Amino acid sequence: MTERATPGSDADPPTAAPDEMAAAARRRLWMDGLGIGLSAAAFGIVYGLAARQAGFSLVEGTAMSILVFAGAAQFAAIGLVAQGVPWLGIVLLTALLNARHLLYSAALAPWFAKRSRLERAASAHVLTDEAFALALPAFRTLGRHDRVTYALAAAIPAVPWMVATSVGLIGGSLLPDPTALGIDVVFPAAMAGLAVALLTDRRSVIAAVAGALVGVAVALASQPSVGILVGGLAGPAIALALPGPWVSDPAPPDPSTGMPE
Amino acid sequence: MSIELVGLALLMAAVTYPSRAVPLLLPGFDRLPRLVDEYLRLIGPGVLAALAAVNVLVVVEADGTTRLEAGIELVAVLACIGVVAWRRSLLPGLVLAVALVAAARWLGVG
Repeated sequence: MTERATPGSDADPPTAAPDEMAAAARRRLWMDGLGIGLSAAAFGIVYGLAARQAGFSLVEGTAMSILVFAGAAQFAAIGLVAQGVPWLGIVLLTALLNARHLLYSAALAPWFAKRSRLERAASAHVLTDEAFALALPAFRTLGRHDRVTYALAAAIPAVPWMVATSVGLIGGSLLPDPTALGIDVVFPAAMAGLAVALLTDRRSVIAAVAGALVGVAVALASQPSVGILVGGLAGPAIALALPGPWVSDPAPPDPSTGMPE
Repeated sequence: MSIELVGLALLMAAVTYPSRAVPLLLPGFDRLPRLVDEYLRLIGPGVLAALAAVNVLVVVEADGTTRLEAGIELVAVLACIGVVAWRRSLLPGLVLAVALVAAARWLGVG
């Protein structure tokens, strides 16, 4: 995040009644979240179809959406499972892929300072790129934390994603020949597209290109699962080794892909 | 119905939750070292690109050996990349990729 969220410091002093302010913030959040919710539903179906292709059952695919609730990591996991990557490698990559949530959580922490520990613990599970992008502006508008507003910000991507996952998994099992319909290309295309959406500067481009090249080279010399792990870890290291300024503060999340990440 | 991968989901959740919760639950948590911060930022593009490239370019033969192959799937993924870069939206890119592969296979060239 480019700036630290400090409750009250960067928000206009509320001039309307608190209830009216909250209602206005929630209305705005609904409007902003409409496209995100629709997009999450569409990608939930795509995820469900891809998971089905990789051999996930309805229970397994749905459990992953509920328990992990991180779209990019989930997409990556089904590809890694399909390639036979050991669970340890999948868990390691998941931890690295999802570590960016630290930044969102740290930025929201001041707004949650007066909430109970239980509420903070529960709120953390549904903290995604989209929930962060929706909640932070609403808190700034209000000048304070609002429980209903955060619940809405979290539910707008969460509910469509989780429901659509099940729909995709069930639909995938009903398709007679997904390969003939080109469904098998959804996974690599989604991975590549998501990577493009994360390219914000020269270094991220180098990380992606190096990751792909190293991954393919190592996969050809050994196994695809090894190539993915080595490429995914070496690409960023190669990008960091190159001279040039770092981007110390990542750009705000871009929820345009519509997938809870 | 298989439930084996629910165990994997639990493990993935166990390593995901701390990154979401620690700053909210532990007052005073500030930031990671800059180098770690930057590496983690680049992990996303690195892993996702490696996944896509290996998936679409590397084929495993029946005897376990691997070989490079560039088929209609590569064309479809490149088209998806172009659309995402142009429109900043993934869904149209996915639709185009699926349509390309389906059409090629229907024509017998994919």
